[in-house]
Amino acid sequence: MAKEAYITGVGQSEVGVRLPRHPLLLTLDAAREAVAEAGLTFDQIDGVFSFPGKASGYLAFSPIGTDDVIEALGIKSKWQMGAFEQPAQLSAIGMAAWAVKEGICRHVLCFRTVYEAGGMADPAHYMPTPSDTTSGASQWTSPFWATSAACWVAQYAARHMHRYGMTREQLGQIAINGSKNAMLNPRARAITKEELTLEKYMSARLISTPLCLYDCDRFSDASTVIIVSAGDALDEIKCEPIRIAAMSGSVDRYSWDQVEWPAAYDAGRDLWTHTDYTVNDVDIAQFYDGFAFLPITWLEGLGFCEKGEGGKFIEGGTRIARDGELPLNTSGGQLGSGRLHGFGFAHEAVTQLRGNGGDRQIPGDPKVAVATSGGGPLAAALLLTRD
Amino acid sequence: MAPPRPKPKLDQENTPFWTGGADGKLNIIKCSDCGEYTHPPRVLCRHCQSENVAPEAVAGTGVIDTMTVNYQPWAKDLPVPFVIARVALDGVPGVYLTTNIVNSPVEDVKFGDAVRVTFEENDGIFYPLFEKVS
Repeated sequence: MAKEAYITGVGQSEVGVRLPRHPLLLTLDAAREAVAEAGLTFDQIDGVFSFPGKASGYLAFSPIGTDDVIEALGIKSKWQMGAFEQPAQLSAIGMAAWAVKEGICRHVLCFRTVYEAGGMADPAHYMPTPSDTTSGASQWTSPFWATSAACWVAQYAARHMHRYGMTREQLGQIAINGSKNAMLNPRARAITKEELTLEKYMSARLISTPLCLYDCDRFSDASTVIIVSAGDALDEIKCEPIRIAAMSGSVDRYSWDQVEWPAAYDAGRDLWTHTDYTVNDVDIAQFYDGFAFLPITWLEGLGFCEKGEGGKFIEGGTRIARDGELPLNTSGGQLGSGRLHGFGFAHEAVTQLRGNGGDRQIPGDPKVAVATSGGGPLAAALLLTRD
Repeated sequence: MAPPRPKPKLDQENTPFWTGGADGKLNIIKCSDCGEYTHPPRVLCRHCQSENVAPEAVAGTGVIDTMTVNYQPWAKDLPVPFVIARVALDGVPGVYLTTNIVNSPVEDVKFGDAVRVTFEENDGIFYPLFEKVS
């Protein structure tokens, strides 16, 4: 039990679009729920980790820093971290796992708060100062109006179609599956109001081919909290602990346009080198779907199918349905339940492993889940087990 | 009227790339020691870390490696659709440029098309766009 890290409490605020509630309060809503589930009090939290830390120049993207949470909750933190330069969002949970395994902390509160919908409605406070110049990495894309990551992921997806023959009908199953699951997720009501049909998907407005409107996640306002606890602190916990059995990350190069394949391929392969579990043991997949193509890269990268076969794997949607062989994004994912930015996948994996999925709970007795984040030049994966 | 393209902020590393078009040159950083190219440009070679690097005018031709037809107007009054492509540069192994393919209808632009650079100047910046080689 020592030298192991577990996810104990998980919590989530209301998920909405232009919520009037301040993002600090959303964060505390999620934190209270997570701590209560774990059976802890804030006195027992001794670390606060986040991704990506407070984004002072773009508060809609990340309005709350670890300092804010420490101050607001009176946490006596031994170690804190909020950093953008990590292999994708879930790496904050990975760092927390390290901290508890090393005995630096016993219970770490990890969070991701977004206010991207509310922020757009209050640009003076939450949005970057408009500028007609560009620098850093964006100077290689923005001058050509490849402004959004949609345009970058679209080119990965287009290559996959060109090389392997994936169709839009196949790709559409990611969003359709997400909408079906979101309809059963009470926290997705602000994002998904009706089930998406293939017909509606195929006639949707294109954003950047092959991606259409439904292939891109929607800005939302929410906070997700994950408590990571040390293996030798589980006697303080009242809920069923979920072990972080393995984790992996990858950054090949940060330049989106200089890499041929998303980092999910490297992180996916690497995950299995840290565990005796194999891809055949996985009961639930929660794969980052900020854009619908990214779960395809995770399916292939983790080895659920061969590279190039992802489109066929999801064809018709039955395999990834809740009662299929690999239930995918059972909360709706980000396409169905809002852009929670990575942490939602860990939250849902834990929820399902504990059988707390309510109407959307998958059948059987799931014991092994993979949650991922990113998939562009940055990727992180967590193997979560009930064992 | 179409909005101006976002303007790169010139610095020591990127100036040869963004201003080379004034002389009709597509400048990519090349290492004088190992012969490899580094892009995005740096003050050193990303392959051997030599500081003996300088911009070199490359052929300015290439092949469309991947592409997307963009329909979303990311700025007010931005005309759509247009092609965003990743071009693999001839003679510059491992270097790709995100760019736009211009002077052809979007439906005529395909994977593997041969393209060449054409510069669009605005306010001292020479944007390297590409067009199909007919």
